[in-house]
Order: sequence, then C-alpha cells, then structure tokens
Amino acid sequence: MSEPILQVRNLVKHFPLTQGVLFKKQIGAVKAVDGISFDLYRGETLGIVGESGCGKSTVAKLLMNLEQATSGEVFYKGQDITKLSGRALKAVRRNIQMVFQDPYTSLNPRMTVGDIIGEPFDIHPEVAPKGSRRAKVEELLDVVGLNPEYINRYPHQFSGGQRQRIGIARGLALNPEIIICDEPVSALDVSVQAQVVNLMEKLQDEFDLSYVFIAHDLSIVRHISDRVGVMYLGRMAEIGTDAEIYEHPTHPYTQALLSAVPVPDPEAREHRERIILAGDVPSPANPPSGCRFRTRCWKAEDRCAEETPLLAVPTRFQGAGTPAEHESACHFAEEKDPVGSHAA
Amino acid sequence: MTVIDQTAGAPAPGTTTAPLLEVRDLHVEFHTRDGVAKAVNGVNYSVNAGETLAVLGESGSGKSVTAQAIMGILDMPPGRIPRGEILFQGRDMLKMSAEERRKLRGRKIAMIFQDALSSLNPVLSVGYQLGEMFRAHQGLSRKAAKAKAIELMDRVRIPAAKERVNDYPHQFSGGMRQRIMIAMALALEPDLIIADEPTTALDVTVQAQVMDLLAELQQEFTMGLILITHDLGVVADVADKIAVMYAGRIVEDAPVHEIYKRPAHPYTKGLLQSIPRLDQKGQELYAIKGLPPNLLRIPSGCAFNPRCPMAQDICRTEVPVLHTVGDRRGSACHFWKETLGE
Repeated sequence: MSEPILQVRNLVKHFPLTQGVLFKKQIGAVKAVDGISFDLYRGETLGIVGESGCGKSTVAKLLMNLEQATSGEVFYKGQDITKLSGRALKAVRRNIQMVFQDPYTSLNPRMTVGDIIGEPFDIHPEVAPKGSRRAKVEELLDVVGLNPEYINRYPHQFSGGQRQRIGIARGLALNPEIIICDEPVSALDVSVQAQVVNLMEKLQDEFDLSYVFIAHDLSIVRHISDRVGVMYLGRMAEIGTDAEIYEHPTHPYTQALLSAVPVPDPEAREHRERIILAGDVPSPANPPSGCRFRTRCWKAEDRCAEETPLLAVPTRFQGAGTPAEHESACHFAEEKDPVGSHAA
Repeated sequence: MTVIDQTAGAPAPGTTTAPLLEVRDLHVEFHTRDGVAKAVNGVNYSVNAGETLAVLGESGSGKSVTAQAIMGILDMPPGRIPRGEILFQGRDMLKMSAEERRKLRGRKIAMIFQDALSSLNPVLSVGYQLGEMFRAHQGLSRKAAKAKAIELMDRVRIPAAKERVNDYPHQFSGGMRQRIMIAMALALEPDLIIADEPTTALDVTVQAQVMDLLAELQQEFTMGLILITHDLGVVADVADKIAVMYAGRIVEDAPVHEIYKRPAHPYTKGLLQSIPRLDQKGQELYAIKGLPPNLLRIPSGCAFNPRCPMAQDICRTEVPVLHTVGDRRGSACHFWKETLGE
C-alpha cells in the first residue's frame, strides 16, 4: 500500500465539565476521544463504526481541526494540523473536506444551490477565478448527478438524497484529497442510500479521493470500506481490513456488535447465535478503569480492570499469517465465528 | 380502487376466530395549501392475536398514517378519512364515538413511538407517567399506581426500579427510555400493540435488547403486534408476515419467509437488492432509480411505474389490483409472474 496521507497519533479530546457561574472550576471531563491512532492511505476508504457516544463524530471534527485536540497529533503530509492556525490551517483545510450527516440542516436555506456549492471559492479564490465560478459550479452539479439548470434553486426544493448530493458537491469543490464523511447516508431512505453510496464510490475512483467514512450502519460500511476501525467509548477496539473485522473479529465488542445486526434473511433467525450485551454504554465522563468494555464483557477478569489493553496484534496471533492477525485491544482476544456475521 | 384483499380474511392456521384487527380499504388524505395529499389509498391488512405483522415502507409511504388512523390520533383536519373500515374485534372503530374510542386506546390498543425522549413528558417523573395509566383508566390511588409503575419497570427489566421510579426521562439512557415506553404500552395489557419504528433511534446492541424484550412480552400476553419499520433486517428477525407499502398502497403482502426468497413485486425486489451483500463488494450497489413520489401528484397507473425496471404501457394507465400470487400472498403488479420468475 502507498504512503499514509493522514497519520493520527494518540489523539485525545476531553471536554471539561465545569461548576459555578463566575468562578468556573473544572470538576471533571467528558473523555470523548481518549488516545486514538490510525493511518489513512491515499485512495482508500477507512470506515469507522461505533455506537452513539463512542466519539466517532468528535474524531471527524478533530481531523478537520474544527475542535482543538487536548493532546495528540494529526499529521497531514508530515505537518501536524492540530498545531496549525490562520493561513497555514486554511491551506490544509482546502485538501480535507467534510460531508455532514443531515442534509436538512447542513445547507443554508436562504442560499441558492449555486451559492452553497460556490462558497468554498470565496474562501479559496485561487481555485476558481471569479469569472469561471458559475461554470465550475455547473460542472460540479453535473458530476454529482444533478441537473446544472438547478443552480438557482433553494435547498427546500430538493429531496433528501438530492440535498446530500449538494453537500457532496460542496465537499468536492476545492478538489480535496481527503473527504471526511460523518454518517453521510443515515438520514436517507433505503432506496436512496444505495444511489448516494454508488455516487461516492464513483467519485473516489474519478478524483482519487481518500475517505474517512463514519457510520453506524455496519453493512454499508463494509460495502464501501477497505479497512474498518471499531470504536468503543473513546478508544479504538479493533482495526483491520474489512474481511478481518467482519469475518474474523477478535475483540468481544466487535463480535457482539456484529451478532446484534439484524440479518435480512428470515431463515437465519433460528440458527443464529446472538450475543446480547447487558446494560448500556457507561458515561464517557466516568469511564471504567482498564479496558473500557469490561463492564459489559463476558470475558472480563481482574486483569481487565487493572491493565489497559493496547491496540496491537495479540501475541497469540503474531506471525500466524491468518486473518486474525490484526490489531485488537483485548487481553483475551480470540476468534469466535459469530453466526450470521457473513451477511452483515 | 376497491379491492378486497383475499388474504386479509384468512385466519392463521390453528385459529378459527376473526382477526383481531382488520383494516379494509382505508383511505386517508390531507388537505393542504398545495392541494390534497393522498397519504393512504386503499390499504387492507389484518393481524391475529399473537401474530406480528411488519409494515415496511419508506418515508411518505403511508405506514405511519395508517397506524395513526387505527389509533385514532390523526389530526383531523387537515386529515380526513373519506373511505374505509377499521375492524377491531369485529367492530368498526371509525363508526364509534370519540368516547368509545378513548376507552379502547391504551386498554385494548396501545402504541409505541419512535422517539421516546419527545414522547415522554420531561417535567414529570417516569413513575408518575406510568402510574397515570392506572389512575386514569382504573381509578387507582396515587400510591397504588406508583406500586404498579414499579412492577412494570421491573417487568421491562429496568434495574433498581424502586429507586428510579421518581427519576425524570432525561436521567435515563435511550434504550431505557424505550423500555419505559414499552412498559407504558403494556400497562393495561392491551390486545394489540402498534410499534412505530421502535428501535430506529437506538444503537444496534440496544436495539437487539429492546426487540428481544418486545417479542418476549408479546408471547407472554399473546398480543397482536404491528411493527412499522423501514429496516429489512429487523423485519426478518421478528415478523410473521409482511405488508410492503408504497405511495399509500400495499404493493405486496406475504408470510415472511417467502418474501425474502422470492419477492413478487419489483419494489420489494429492488429494496432487497439494494442491501449491500458480501459478493457485491467493490461493485456498484443496486439502486432503485428516481425518488419516492410526491403525494400531491401520485403517478397515474401503478405509482411505482416511473422507477420500475419492468414498467410497460399498461403500468402507466391501469392501477394494478392486489393479485393473489400464492398461499396467503398478494402482489399489486401487472407483471407479478415475471417478477416471481415464473
């Protein structure tokens, strides 16, 4: 594989919890992201899955430097973007763009589609000189499969799927290298989701884009991703290629998550082994010691409370040459074929 | 269109009684500034006691409006029911007085909504809200109602129910709030529960817990369950039979096993094909072209014809009736034989 285009190292984001009106004193912190590392390679799609509150959207914001990281680094072409500001940050952001979840609130209702897609050019005029903007916007509309004649329409005149195409066109406007997609299809109807996913794959080939694809729908993530990272409570539980994660998961959380996905096949209903996790995700303001997942894990022992498992290839699988040989943050990582996961 | 669904009246094997709930040729329309939106255009379905009917459809297909009509919680106006019957235990609810219907709601038919946080009152404790069911319907005292509320919370497995009965909705997690909604629906042991996207707002691991709980309680009380959803996975997991809705009509109904194996309507087929599958990795996903129709301007003939790969001239002019295509199966497609691959 090629050189990584984005390297994330020990990324941490804590949101302070304060008390008092005039003299605010910090009484704790929501540990939204707590030490995450991964690489993104050129032209690949890295899927990030996890349940609500696991910190996946915070990661997206940190990669864009929309949130200031508490500590850790994000290297883009050797430059740590968490330390950048002003002109240098603006230059980097040209190459890292974002597509948001909700196409209903992420487009300004009082701007025409032409203005929305053309707005990035106001901020980066070097990409499109003033005279050529209209033509550029029309070209972008065409690229995402919308009629270029719609340039003067307003967002409310479009359906959800069409709006998401507008959001994608805006993301493409500056010819970025990386697009961070935060739940780009979860607000759309099933029949429209497939259209948008196809469009995103087509654009990736056409423009050699790298995607960070954040979603909670495991089957869509599997379809689009080359590699998948599973997050739980601010940490990466397991990361590997799509086949490694979906067919040979070694982390108990991944196994439980995959087994809980409803399989669209009524025949599988009877002979499917499901792991039903007890309880809810603990609060990120007061996460469990050691392994974050231990409070819901059926394998948990004393060691899990004392020692934080590192994200690494488990020793028992090192050099095994099997698909189980991928990074997993569990003391007791082992393969267990969850029945039914093949269809996820 | 007045087609009586031949499958609707057929009793489930092993029972001889009339269905618990039967919807016959139901029409619902909304009068808006831009015209009349025809949300439901002749829906027929039935549920027996202990049976789970999944109503599958995209947004705007009329699946929730049908449920609201059954519950009698449609906003009228702008809503209107120009035609149809909703038979509950043999009696047409649309002909009942408001008072009679109010007595059925909660006691005989209960509903679980999608968004538990906005369905619960944020300024009242959950114990009070659960107890309200008993105070209003059974005239219990506050103390007795609270004891009942604790019992219910135990039953839907909320840990430490006794300590948490005075907590407010925001103090519970999403999964717990949905359990409270289920508890509220179960309070008076109704015969029928309508669950409108009960797990859509929940994470998959929590979704699995909640669906399991719902299925278990349904068994215990042999309730009928109408599950409204767009998730083909959830349907395959729990449903006995499925009704697929499109533009306010049922386009296909069938027992659950058959529909996944051999869909008889191009829309159902398209939905099933657009689920990402393993062997399609790296290929383009199958996508139903176009968009769901505007309910103010439903296409003539078969509403699905502009998006249908099999559409012919007849589809643009003639509304297909729900053909019987097998044992307790129906498909509203002129070309159901071709779709089935016969």
